[in-house]
Amino acid sequence: MSVRGTLRAAPTLLRVGFAEAIAYRAEMFVWVLSTTMPFVMLALWTSVARDQPVLAPGGARFGSADFIAYFLVTFVVRQLTASWAAWEMNYEVRTGTLATKLLRPLNPIVGYAAENLSALPMRFTVIVPVVVAAGFVTGAAPFPVDPVLWLAFCAAVVGGWLLTFLANIAIGCLALFIQSSIKVMDVYLVLFFVFSGYLFPIQLFPPWLRGVVDWLPFRYQIGLPVELAVSMHDRAAAFSLLAREGVLVVALAVLVAVLWKRGLRRFQAYGG
Amino acid sequence: MISVKGLKKHYRVSKRPPGLKAALTALFRRSYTEVKAVDGITFDIAPGERVGFLGPNGAGKTTTLKVLAGLLHPSSGEVQVDGHVPKRREDAFLKKIMLVMGQKQQLLWDLPPSETFELNRAIYEVPRAQFKETISELTKLLELAELLGKPTRQLSLGERMKCELAAALVHRPKVLFLDEPTIGLDVSMQTVMRDFIRRYNERYGATLILTSHYMDDVAALCPRVVVIDKGQLSYDGGLDDLVRRVRPEKRVVFHLSKAVDRADLEPLGQVVSLAPAKAVLQVAQDRVAATVSRALSSLPVKDLTVENPPLEEVMSELFARSRAAREEGQADGESEEGGGEGDWE
Repeated sequence: MSVRGTLRAAPTLLRVGFAEAIAYRAEMFVWVLSTTMPFVMLALWTSVARDQPVLAPGGARFGSADFIAYFLVTFVVRQLTASWAAWEMNYEVRTGTLATKLLRPLNPIVGYAAENLSALPMRFTVIVPVVVAAGFVTGAAPFPVDPVLWLAFCAAVVGGWLLTFLANIAIGCLALFIQSSIKVMDVYLVLFFVFSGYLFPIQLFPPWLRGVVDWLPFRYQIGLPVELAVSMHDRAAAFSLLAREGVLVVALAVLVAVLWKRGLRRFQAYGG
Repeated sequence: MISVKGLKKHYRVSKRPPGLKAALTALFRRSYTEVKAVDGITFDIAPGERVGFLGPNGAGKTTTLKVLAGLLHPSSGEVQVDGHVPKRREDAFLKKIMLVMGQKQQLLWDLPPSETFELNRAIYEVPRAQFKETISELTKLLELAELLGKPTRQLSLGERMKCELAAALVHRPKVLFLDEPTIGLDVSMQTVMRDFIRRYNERYGATLILTSHYMDDVAALCPRVVVIDKGQLSYDGGLDDLVRRVRPEKRVVFHLSKAVDRADLEPLGQVVSLAPAKAVLQVAQDRVAATVSRALSSLPVKDLTVENPPLEEVMSELFARSRAAREEGQADGESEEGGGEGDWE
């Protein structure tokens, strides 16, 4: 389908996707409950920083208020950048139901994207209370006043979603080669939890590890948007990090294109 | 419309015997076997034709359909559907075709079928006026009015299949591949589906390829059949011709006013079944008139009909012959016995 055709179909794709998300609302809320790890981390790290701020190897200091703002925003960013396409693809490849999507003149990857994005309005029902709570608990102090940094935050969230989604699709494509790539996704998730800033700010890593983490996609899925929202970077640093995020998005998009094209040749459309 | 030349689709399948030892061995050293799902078939189908693909389970019918629909990449051979190479899956090609799989569904499970129709309208870029016209026509012909607003999960199998078919036709495909479209449906629903499919073919001149294990589907819809067995084409021609050649005999069914002995029937032909009020004989086609005449004069006949043998029996016999021929390594020699309109290969 052409880009214009896809854009014309987008409102219907999103509307139908939203209708499906509403149909699965109970499941969606259970999933949201499973993403409350930032609140656990918030309790843990504020307790660590109760007596004195935590000193990061680079010289940054994290007090209780910093951790509260950091983890509340982490929860919000996780909701905004979530994707579950890898599980969906694995199911559809193994059962052969991907075939019904391949028969349509719409790339199934666009379909997965629409499905994931159309669940966002449901997520706002939990995001908004957390944002309000963040405002009450922390006040305005941790958040940037520079509108450019807010724009950078928005760009980082979009980039974070793209990285998460493309990583899901890349791993989902592996199912076309190895039948099931759920375990690969499990490994990816372990690395994501450790290196994304989801469990603790990546500034707490030793400098040598920071250098590695800066070039892995995980930090840009969660850490970068959160760091921008809690004023951890100035404009120059923000642009530099956004540029890296862009490079990673392009690299993952190329990887997905190659895996998808090659994988489809091996698709066996099991069943029926 | 459809041209297939020397199509092959071979799979490499990992193979291991049961048991823990074999499982552990397979972790380090896996053995593979090559499965020839389709092994060099050739045929052409004209626009508007209705063709039935017949063959036992695992014969390669569905694989062939999936290659024609662009889902599978052929191992070798040339395939063209209305000027398109299916494996390229160009939008123009996908907008012309549809594959309906009786065991797979495209309907959104938790939403009413009307949502899937609307989604397909957007994806296939069907003009709003044409969409309304198509849906109103489909609703009338398939009696969907009551079903359109119910979540798919609450529909019965038959209702769901009707909606599946409607969803598949929203964009009015020129080529319709139907893989077991009536599987699991009751007899009346099968009839509804068959009638509808024939009407669609006649109204839009769509080309239709059907696979089904229900021989009634094939008999009702397909003047031409292609028989595929073990990935190879073993017959391509008219259905009547196929029946005549595999089972040249006719069945004469007698409804009797009183019971008769088997010994009274045996001189007339081969007794297929005998019940107190009904007897079925199998006789050579050129002896039907004589047999009927003799029966009327010597038996208490109330009524009689002359029929072809059931298609299921014809196909079982055909597959049994193919199997035997393969086992004896004489498949090539046997295939030349056909002649006539249909091609035996």
